[in-house]
Amino acid sequence: MTMAATTIPIHAAKQRSPSFEYLSTKKDELVGWARKFSLFPYPFVTACCAMEFMSVSSSPYDTDRFGAALPRFSPRQSDLLMVVGTLTHKQAPILLKVYEQMCEPKWVMAFGACATSGGFYQNYAAVAGIDKIIPVDIYVPGCPPRPETVIDAIMMLQDRIARSSHLIVNDKF
Amino acid sequence: MSAQVFDVVQQQLAPVTGECSLSHGTLVIAFPPPALLDIVRRLKNEFKFDLLLDVTAVDWPEQAPRFEVVYHFYSTTHRVRVRLKTRVLATDPTVDSLVPLFGSANFMERECHDMYGIDFRGNPDLRPILLYEGFVGHPLRKDYPKQQEQPLVPFRT
Repeated sequence: MTMAATTIPIHAAKQRSPSFEYLSTKKDELVGWARKFSLFPYPFVTACCAMEFMSVSSSPYDTDRFGAALPRFSPRQSDLLMVVGTLTHKQAPILLKVYEQMCEPKWVMAFGACATSGGFYQNYAAVAGIDKIIPVDIYVPGCPPRPETVIDAIMMLQDRIARSSHLIVNDKF
Repeated sequence: MSAQVFDVVQQQLAPVTGECSLSHGTLVIAFPPPALLDIVRRLKNEFKFDLLLDVTAVDWPEQAPRFEVVYHFYSTTHRVRVRLKTRVLATDPTVDSLVPLFGSANFMERECHDMYGIDFRGNPDLRPILLYEGFVGHPLRKDYPKQQEQPLVPFRT
């Protein structure tokens, strides 16, 4: 097998078929398309929603299909912060530190009722929603959320990433 | 089996304890706070109650000695449980620490100190264990406002 047979030709192989000669798109759409399929999630897992997170990220539901598969256990390598479970006041400084360590572009998902609003914890210990500490892009309701809900949230987030304008697109790019 | 053990314990401890009662198959012993260390030492050495299960407290806001400190012990020899209760005043909520007898009392007493503000005299390390430095008050006391939060990170506006 030769290399030429498997490589996509950048210039048309024949004069008469100009396929792959150029691609017309907007820079924002190109960057968005690339980013939406390369979400590296960082699971900030604090409570029982973790069970649902394991389920949704393993083979039966398989978030790998959306390019949001590989959990990175360093916030510096990840784009999507998934806050899975109850956030206590004692943990809030840690969440803030993790968020600040993430590089732009970054998105945050509040996974489950507790991360969204505090859930049924309205007391001295729990933060009533992580959006009191860090900005949140997408909220997933449920106690715990159904896997379909999480997948829907990922797809909605991908839509939003694809449609938004990106800081990397400037007059030099 | 457990009835025999309880009978012996009751008879032997009668001079130092107040009333004893049975509650759901557990012997409950109530006594004034100064007798605590003596009773626990005898429970451990003479009656083989060698496992300290829990240290906690109950807040009775309308009663005169406001706090009731509760201990649970288990005997791995006799396979029975015993519960100790002692009352302390809200103005001076102090009892002796059990750390010299049971090392495991350390963390449980710290938790009880966090939640109810009971002072364990002789505990070497009463720093917050579940709460954090700077937390004002004791959240499981009945007069702690139910939804009062004490954030460590300033909230976004």
